Amino acid sequence: MNVEILSRIQFAFTVAFHYLYPPLSIGLGLVLVMMEARWLRTRDPLYHNMARFWTKVFGLIFGLGVATGIVLEFEFGTNWATYSRFVGDIFGSALAAEGIFAFFLESGFLAILLFGWDKVGPGLHFFATCMVALGAHFSAVWIIVANSWQQTPAGSHLELHGVPAPAGYRLQPEDLGHARMVIDDFWEVVFNPSSMDRLGHTLVGCWSAGAFLVVSVGAYYLLRRRHLEFARSSLKFGLALGLCASLLSLATGHSSAIGVARHQPSKLAAMEGKWETGPDAPLHLFGWVDTKAERTHGPAFPGGLSLLIAGDRNQVVTGLKDIPPDLRPPIQPTFQLFHLMVAIGFSLIGLSIWGCLLWWRNALHDPTRPLTRVFLLLAVPSVLLPQIANQAGWFTAEIGRQPWIVWGFLRTSEGLSKVVKANQVVASLIGFGLIYLLLFLLFLYLLTRKIQHGPEPVEESHTLPKAWMKQQRA
Amino acid sequence: MDYALLWFVIVGVLFAGYAVLDGFDLGVGALLPWIKDDDERRVLYNAIGPVWDGNEVWLVTGGGALFAAFPPVYATVFSGFYLAFMLLLFALIFRAVAIEFRSKEPWPWWRRWWDRGFFAGSTTASFLIGVAMGNIAWGIPIDESGEFAGTFLGLLQPYALLMGVTTVSLFMMHGAIYLHMKTEGALQARIRRWINPLIIAFIVCYAVVTLATLLYIPHITDVLRAQPVLFVFAILLVLAIANIPREVHHGRDGRAFLSSCATMLLLMALFGLGMFPHMVYSLPNPQYSLTAYNASSTRKTLHTMTIIAAIGVPIVLAYTASVYYIFRGKVKVTKDSY
Ligand code: HDD
Ligand code: HEM
Ligand code: HEM
Repeated sequence: MNVEILSRIQFAFTVAFHYLYPPLSIGLGLVLVMMEARWLRTRDPLYHNMARFWTKVFGLIFGLGVATGIVLEFEFGTNWATYSRFVGDIFGSALAAEGIFAFFLESGFLAILLFGWDKVGPGLHFFATCMVALGAHFSAVWIIVANSWQQTPAGSHLELHGVPAPAGYRLQPEDLGHARMVIDDFWEVVFNPSSMDRLGHTLVGCWSAGAFLVVSVGAYYLLRRRHLEFARSSLKFGLALGLCASLLSLATGHSSAIGVARHQPSKLAAMEGKWETGPDAPLHLFGWVDTKAERTHGPAFPGGLSLLIAGDRNQVVTGLKDIPPDLRPPIQPTFQLFHLMVAIGFSLIGLSIWGCLLWWRNALHDPTRPLTRVFLLLAVPSVLLPQIANQAGWFTAEIGRQPWIVWGFLRTSEGLSKVVKANQVVASLIGFGLIYLLLFLLFLYLLTRKIQHGPEPVEESHTLPKAWMKQQRA
Repeated sequence: MDYALLWFVIVGVLFAGYAVLDGFDLGVGALLPWIKDDDERRVLYNAIGPVWDGNEVWLVTGGGALFAAFPPVYATVFSGFYLAFMLLLFALIFRAVAIEFRSKEPWPWWRRWWDRGFFAGSTTASFLIGVAMGNIAWGIPIDESGEFAGTFLGLLQPYALLMGVTTVSLFMMHGAIYLHMKTEGALQARIRRWINPLIIAFIVCYAVVTLATLLYIPHITDVLRAQPVLFVFAILLVLAIANIPREVHHGRDGRAFLSSCATMLLLMALFGLGMFPHMVYSLPNPQYSLTAYNASSTRKTLHTMTIIAAIGVPIVLAYTASVYYIFRGKVKVTKDSY
C-alpha cells in the first residue's frame, strides 16, 4: 500500500475514533445544563443527584475526547504537510481561534464542574456547567468552519510563487510547494456557503447522541426496576431533547442537501447513485449501485430528489455520466452511508415520538404495559443509532468530497507529506490501532461499570456539599 | 506593525506557557515512582487533577498558532519529525488516560499499570520535547523546497539527547517545587529533601548544554556576541534558580514555585532570542532556513489573528487565574477526586 492510502486510512481511523466522544460531550453537556437548571429552580435533590451522576459520565467521555483530539491537530502537519502549507493561511486561524475560545473555556471550567461541587456555590457551579457546554459547542464551530471551507472554498484566492493565479487555474504538479490559498475576507471564509448548514446539522446530531445516551440508561434502569425515580426523570430529559434533535436533524439535513446540490454536484450524484443528467430525479429508499452497468437498483420515489432540492419535479440534476471518471468520488460507500444516516434519522424521529406519546399518556414508567415494554426494549440499544448516523454522515461528506482535499483546488493525493515513508505510516497506524483498541475496551468497561453502579442514594449525595446546603437553608 | 515579529513572540509565549504549566505536571509524573504509598500517590494525581487538561491546551493552542502564523514551519517540522511526534502523541495519550482511569478501580495491579503508564508517558513526553528543541537549536537538514532532508536517527544526535535529559531534569525540579507547595506533613517533608538534589542535577545539565551551545552552535553564539544584553537574561536566570532554595528554606512555597516559573520563562526567552529570526535553522545550507519572515502567513491573516488573540487572551488569562485561585491551597483527596 502506498503512503496516500495509508495516510487516508490513518486519518479516517483517528478522526472517526475522536468523533465517538465529542458528540456525547456536546449533547450530554446540554443535558447537564438542563438538569442543573432544573435543580436550581426546584431544589429537588433528585435533580442534583442526576446532575452529579451524569457529570461523572461526562468526565470519562471528555477525557477520551481530549486524548484523541490532540492527535488530529498534529496529523495535519505530520501526514498532510503539503495540504497544511497550502491551506495554512486560511485554516490555521480557525484552529488557533478554537484553542483560544473553545478548548480553554472547556478545560478551565471543567475543573469546577468535576471537582468544584463543594468548593463553589451552586450558582457558580451552574455557570461553570454552562461554560463547559458552551465551550464544547464552540469546539465544533471552528473546526466545522474549516472543514466547510475545504468543501466549498470562499473568501480566498489561489496564489502561485506569491502572485495571484488566473481564475479557474488548475494546479500543475510542478506548482506544488509554491502554491497556497490566500485569505481575502475573513467573514466570507467563516460564512462560506456550506458552513452554517453543516454546523447546524452537526450540532443537532451531537444533541441526539447525548439525548439517546440518557434515554438508553433510563430505559435500562426502568426495565431492571432500579433507581426508578432517577430513571424516569432521566428518560424525560432525554426524550425531550431527543425529539427536538431528531426533528431538527431532518430539517438541517434537508438544507445541507440543497447546499450539496448547488455546490458539489458530483457528491450529490454519488449520494443518490444518479447516473443520467435530467429532471424528475428519483429518491431511493435504499438500493445498490451497479458501477459496472452504471445503474442504481432499489425502490425509489419518482421525482423525489428533484422535489427535495428545489421543490420542483422539473429540477435538472447532474448525473455521474456527465462527470469525468477521475472527478467522481467512490460511489457505493457514499450512497450506502448516506442512506444509512437518513434511515437512522427517520427511526430516531419515530422512536422519540413514540416515547413522547407514552410520556403524554402517563404510561412511560410502567414496563408491564406491552407498548411501554417494547419501547423500553428498543430504547436501550438506541444509544448506538446517533453514533452510527454521525459517523455515516461524516463518511458521506468526506468520501463524497474525493478526489478533492480542497474542493476544486487541491487533490487528496497532492496534499501528502513528501518526506513521510510508507513504513513510517504503517508503524504509526499499528500503534494507533493497538492503543485505540485498548482505550475503547477500557472506556466501554468503565462506562458500563459506572452505569451498573448507578447514582448515589439521594440522601447521601444531598448531604455532601456544605456550601450548597447553606444556600438551601437560607 | 511587524506582524511576523509579533507572532514569533506570541508563538514563543504560548510554548513557554506550556512549558511552565504542563512542565510541572509532566514533572510530577516523572517523580511518581519515588512515592510508593497509594494514598500519597493519589495526592500527587489530585495535585494536578483540576489543571493538567487546561495546561495541555497551551500545547494545542501553540500548535494551532504555529499552523496559522507559520504554516511552512508547522508542516516541515511535523512531517520531518514524523516518528518522534507519533511517539510524543502516544505518550500524551497514555498520560491523559492514566490520570483518568487510574483511581477508578481499587485493584493494586490496575493502579500499578496506570502508574507506570503515567510515569512513562510523562517522562517520554518531556524527553521528546527536549529533543525536538535541541534539534531546532542545532539546525536540521532542509532542502531547497523547504522540506526536511534528514532521517529519524539523525534527530537523535548527542546535543538533542542532552537537551532531552536537561528538559526532564528541569521538569522534575519544577514538579517537585509545585508538589512542595500543594502537599503537607510527612509527604511534604520528604519532597522538600528532593528539591536541592534536583536543582543541582538541573544546573549540571544546564551548564553542559550551555557549554555545548557556545562551542558548537555558532549561529546562536553569534547572536549572543552581537547582543550582549542577553547576558542580563542569563544573570537573571542564575538569580532565579539561586532564589529557589532560599525560599524553600524560609518556608515560602508559593514564592519558590514562582521563582521556578521565572527560571523557565527566562530559559525560553533566551532560546527565542538566540534563534530569532530563525524558526528552523537549516544545516548545512543556512540559506534554506525558515524564518519568521520567509515562512509567515499573509499580513491579512496575521492581522485577523491578532484581533482574535487580543480578545481571547485576556479572557483566557482571567479564568485560568480564577481556576488556579479556586483550587489553591493544599490537596485534599475526596469522593470526587481521582
Ligand atoms: C477541518 C478539517 C476536517 C474536519 C473537521 C474533519 N475532517 Fe475528515 N478529513 C480531513 C479534514 C477534516 C482531511 C485532512 O482533509 C482528509 C484527509 C484525507 C482527505 O481526503 O481529507 C479527511 C478525510 C476523512 C476521511 C477519509 C475519506 C477518504 O480518505 O476517502 C474520513 C472518513 C473522515 N475524514 C471523517 C471525518 C470525521 C468522522 C470527522 C468528524 C469529526 C471529520 N472527518 C472532520
Ligand atoms: C480534524 C478535525 C479535528 C481536530 C484537529 C480536532 C482537534 C481537537 C483537539 C486538539 C482536542 C483536545 C482539546 C483539549 O486538549 O482540550 C479536541 C477535543 C474536542 N473536539 Fe475535536 N477535533 C476535530 C474534530 C472535531 C469535530 C468535528 C468536533 C465536533 C463536532 C470536535 C469537538 C471536540 C470537542 C467537543 C472536544 C473536547 C473534548 C470532548 O468533549 O470530547 N472535534 N479536538
Ligand atoms: C433525517 C434525515 C437526514 C438527512 C436528510 C441528512 C442529510 C445530510 C446531508 C445531505 C449531509 C451531507 C452534507 C455535506 O456533505 O456537506 C449530511 C451530513 C451529516 N449528517 Fe445527516 N442527514 C439526516 C440525518 C442525520 C442524523 C440523524 C444524524 C446524526 C444523529 C446525522 C449526522 C450527520 C453528520 C455528522 C454529517 C456530516 C457533517 C456535515 O457534513 O454536515 N444526519 N446529512
